[in-house]
Amino acid sequence: MRIPCPYCGERGNEEFLYLGSAVLERPAPDASAEAWVDYVHMRDNPRGPGAEFMQHVQGCRAWLIVRRDTLTHAILSVAPARAARGGGA
Amino acid sequence: MRYSVFSLIRNAFSGHTDWPAAWREPEPRAYYDTIIVGGGGHGLATAYYLAKEHGVTDLAVVEKGYLGSGNVGRNTTIIRSNYLMPANTGFYEWSLKLWEGLEQDFNFNAMVSQRGVLNLFHSDAQRDASARRGNAMRLNGVDAELLDREQVRRMVPLLDMENARFPVKGGLLQPRGGTVRHDAVAWGYARGADQRGVDLLQNCEVTGIRVQDGRVVGVETTRGFIGARRVGLACAGHSSHVAAMAGLRLPIETHVLQAFVSEGVKPVLDQVVTYGAGHFYISQSDKGGLVFGGDLDGYNSYAQRGNMPVVEEVMEMGLQLFPAFSRLRYVRQWGGVMDMSMDGSPIIDRTPIAGLYLNCGWCYGGFKATPASGWCFAWTIAKDEPHRLNAGFRLDRFATGHVIDEKGAGTTPNLH
Ligand SMILES: Cc1cc2nc3c(=O)[nH]c(=O)nc-3n(C[C@H](O)[C@H](O)[C@H](O)COP(=O)(O)OP(=O)(O)OC[C@H]3O[C@@H](n4cnc5c(N)ncnc54)[C@H](O)[C@@H]3O)c2cc1C
Ligand SMILES: [Zn+2]
Repeated sequence: MRIPCPYCGERGNEEFLYLGSAVLERPAPDASAEAWVDYVHMRDNPRGPGAEFMQHVQGCRAWLIVRRDTLTHAILSVAPARAARGGGA
Repeated sequence: MRYSVFSLIRNAFSGHTDWPAAWREPEPRAYYDTIIVGGGGHGLATAYYLAKEHGVTDLAVVEKGYLGSGNVGRNTTIIRSNYLMPANTGFYEWSLKLWEGLEQDFNFNAMVSQRGVLNLFHSDAQRDASARRGNAMRLNGVDAELLDREQVRRMVPLLDMENARFPVKGGLLQPRGGTVRHDAVAWGYARGADQRGVDLLQNCEVTGIRVQDGRVVGVETTRGFIGARRVGLACAGHSSHVAAMAGLRLPIETHVLQAFVSEGVKPVLDQVVTYGAGHFYISQSDKGGLVFGGDLDGYNSYAQRGNMPVVEEVMEMGLQLFPAFSRLRYVRQWGGVMDMSMDGSPIIDRTPIAGLYLNCGWCYGGFKATPASGWCFAWTIAKDEPHRLNAGFRLDRFATGHVIDEKGAGTTPNLH
């Protein structure tokens, strides 16, 4: 599996740290216990395309959102996490 | 037919051409009292114990491929019961006891080999942890022996004891642990279930679960709708999307684990040996090949194949322990998809839907659990309540805070 980092180019997946699902929304601190259980423990576990957080730890160290097909390991897109999430500095 | 030395001799005279098929290939009926989804080790064992222990024979196992095409035929065949957490120790020890009587029980040679499982340690801190685990095991009536360096050296002569960074300081041995021929486990349970009237439906994929008024009424399959009063799911790495057919969302991620076999050589390794400074386990099969594996690849996958970095890592760790194996060629390698749970422990429980039961979250240690998992799941389905032995493996433990995390690794499925 080779992942095209937007900053460093195509690199082997061993250079990346895998965090997991990028579609989970962190609940508000005072959200219900159910909402927190859902966020911490429950997963969609997609079989096919899905979005995941990875960090290019052995390269530029940027956090990325990698869209990947879990059935084929095909990489569909890679974008810096901050931009994809619409965040600023 | 009963397999025995006499049936073997009798069939030798006809050149082994008259053996009857080990199980029937029935057409699906319109309705069964109970359906088990997944013809892996756990599904087949569940069917076997439902029929044998609870007299439930209006029963079908529905398998999307052929029996044993999943993880039960892909694992590295290690069995042991060296656990620490109370919810796990009793369960895995019951499993080991069932392994010990299994071949007589289901009349099939599963090549259960109690050759011993030796977990090496490489530092004083690891020795303390091993002693603690060994003590916990012995307090629970499980066998465990703490070996010093010299005992390990005598037992496993090919080990490199003097690795500069991770010298071997000793090991924790469970003498009753060992290996079992994995396919034979699937076949033995399948044959035993079939003989008791269970229909084994192969090439029959479940594509939907029908629920009416909060109660399960059957499953949609590629061979048509099959009605049922009770449905048990035992789909290993496919648990999430099969459970999602009934609207359930599980604390599970699917990950790929690889395994490797070398060319066959004369006997060089008598036990199962695991590396304490990395994640590596190895044993020698009766055909002579060295069977070994290591960590998960680390990313979610349903692909049943892994990537090169883990191949390299596993080989490196193996050679740290056994430099002599650098001359061996490895001949086969494959992957299986694991249902990694959020705390590394399994789930055998009812679900919020009446008549729907769940068996999943086996991570990469589910082969050793096969007999007890089937036994407990059969009980849970038959009595509509968990047995004492699987009472801790609840689906709602993540909400109530009763997680069973052997490693203390937290909600990181790829690290358990
Ligand atoms: C490489 C590797 C090494 C391992 N090593 C060990 C080890 O040394 N010791 C140990 O204890 N454990 C080990 N394991 C773990 C162990 O193999 C699994 O935890 C265990 O086999 C899972 O239970 P099972 O046998 O029921 O799974 P499976 O055999 O995978 O059974 C699940 C079945 O469900 C079927 N299915 C899925 N979806 C559907 C559907 N929609 N409709 C119908 N059927 C469906 C699948 O086709 C499959 O046959 C290893 C696993 C792997 C991959
Ligand atoms: Zn980069």
